[in-house]
Amino acid sequence: MKTVYVDNNATTKTAPEVVNEMLPYFSEFYGNPSSMHSFGGEIAAKREDARAKIATLINAEPEEIIFTSCGTESDNTAIVSAIETRPDKKHIITTRVEHPAVRSMCSTLSEKGCRITSVPVDSKGRLDLDYLYDSICDDTAIVSIMWANNETGVIFPIEDIAQNLADRNVLFHTDAVQAVGKVPIDVKKTPVDMLALSGHKLHAPKGIGVLYVKKGTRFSPFLMGGHQEKGRRGGTENVASIIGMGKACELAAEHMQEEAAEVSQLRDRLERELINKIPQSIINGDKKNRLPGTTNISFEYVEGEAILLMINQFGICASSGSACTSGSLEPSHVLRAMGVPYTAAHGSIRFSLCRYNTIEEIDYIIEKVPPVIERLREMSPFWKQGV
Amino acid sequence: MWEYTDKVKDHFINPRNVGVIENPDGIGEVGSLACGDALKLTFKLDDDKEKVSDAKFQTFGCASAIASSSALTEMLKGLTIEEAGKITNDDIAEYLGGLPKEKMHCSVMGRDALEKAITYYKGEPEKKREGDVVCECFGVTDVEIKRAVTENKLTLLEDVTDYVKAGGGCGNCHDRIQEIIDSVMEIKQVKKKKTKELTTIQKIRLLEDVLEKEIKPVLKKDGGNIELIDLDGTDVLVELRGACANCKTSQVTIKNFIENKIQELVSPELIVKEVGQDENRIC
Repeated sequence: MKTVYVDNNATTKTAPEVVNEMLPYFSEFYGNPSSMHSFGGEIAAKREDARAKIATLINAEPEEIIFTSCGTESDNTAIVSAIETRPDKKHIITTRVEHPAVRSMCSTLSEKGCRITSVPVDSKGRLDLDYLYDSICDDTAIVSIMWANNETGVIFPIEDIAQNLADRNVLFHTDAVQAVGKVPIDVKKTPVDMLALSGHKLHAPKGIGVLYVKKGTRFSPFLMGGHQEKGRRGGTENVASIIGMGKACELAAEHMQEEAAEVSQLRDRLERELINKIPQSIINGDKKNRLPGTTNISFEYVEGEAILLMINQFGICASSGSACTSGSLEPSHVLRAMGVPYTAAHGSIRFSLCRYNTIEEIDYIIEKVPPVIERLREMSPFWKQGV
Repeated sequence: MWEYTDKVKDHFINPRNVGVIENPDGIGEVGSLACGDALKLTFKLDDDKEKVSDAKFQTFGCASAIASSSALTEMLKGLTIEEAGKITNDDIAEYLGGLPKEKMHCSVMGRDALEKAITYYKGEPEKKREGDVVCECFGVTDVEIKRAVTENKLTLLEDVTDYVKAGGGCGNCHDRIQEIIDSVMEIKQVKKKKTKELTTIQKIRLLEDVLEKEIKPVLKKDGGNIELIDLDGTDVLVELRGACANCKTSQVTIKNFIENKIQELVSPELIVKEVGQDENRIC
């Protein structure tokens, strides 16, 4: 059976070009970049090439790029660093729709005495900016807001927020894991202090992340160890993945614009056809400000896990904000924050596309999904009542 | 991804007996859209009204909810009402070759719908939900939690959430759920100790404890109460108060309930008798 992978916000295929670049760094050039011999030392130069490519993608300086193990480590590092370097400040502002990498760290810090403000969103997932700005006080150590939401694809006005916070001299971190490589990011124009990105969301492998830290930002390392990353992150570098990350960012920079156009066309086709063919289906999130490849659709009166497992029979890979898929009993915190009614939240499916998806795949999904929804609705005691 | 058995997958992909029986003998509806799963169960008896001849379901929910419902309808066919009444949530899970722990609540939903359907068949008024709501998010009462803990020998808060969902939302009720688990465990521990021969004094203390924790709270829901008067050999002499004292229709149920509890938790040879009544009309 063929696999139709439309779960790219969960993870992406490592690009073949990326794998090719990485391969020599396992068994051939396996030296440690910290070594004094040239066999290892030469690797450091390659690592720096990769760093420069990543910096280019977001218009940063290479020395502002710190390698980490994943997006979560980058987010954790940014927030903890802010608290560590500002011992007099104990207030963190974030949003109700943030990724667990930020939310969990915030709730841990709240147990340790920090005060957390979670900015709400409206029914389209748009941030309440007045609430955000009104929450700022002298005690605010850091504001952490995602660039784009992983579940709905909704993009926040990070340019405006960053400028506003910079004017007030408030430290600002953004989790840009879903945005980097999909929408243009320029840290010279958008004055963020820290920014997290993750390799496996942009066709690099899993297990590599990056934290951008603007020059001059007070910083405290999360992992203590050797002098790697100029003492900002201990641990021997994941060289092969760093090389891969560099290549993936280079590819993203090259193709971002045309890809965004193509992928959003596919996404729009998928969305339009599913909504047309399936009554009582609703798009979650602000259609005007969305990542090109993401759509989140609620099919009312059916449950998400059941949909996923049914379409899994056809090789279609997507994800859901339903309670049952998360292992918790509540539907996704993002959809709840948006006030999506339970009738719809339990039946939400996220399709996230990438440049490898084809129109044939999209048409295959359009063919397979509607009968699945119909079948599950026929099984549901609410369906006839609902209509 | 959940680790479902082949049987769960089979009953999900090819569910048996989907639909609603017209003019059913039994009908039971549980769950809601808000909770994320719901089941409507209908069954029909054969012409002699002896055995279940057909059963159908409609389910809104995940794969294991659909599979549990499908399994339940298959299990029901050919059973007498009495046999059907003995199906537990564990039986449903077992029929499917097991369910992931986090999904046990799907089998509980099946059992609950079945209970309702049987109550409907017997023409009994729909049981009022007993107890006080502990988990506001999912509307689960203390009686329901205690039942899940006792029947499935649950020991952890997470287990309670897996089986009846209580505590799976905001988490405000976690302390209360833990108290319920502790109280059940405490009674069990006392019960274990009891296996050594108890003295009369020890038996009376234990009886008082069981009355206080297990029996009175249930009777009080209906405005009744009970007092232990004496222990005479194996006869437990009690006096019913309040609504219980005059409620003849429920006396058999009350006697059975109290005696079962006391036999289970104190000593199997004990017999409950109401003071002031002759021996045939014990409480």
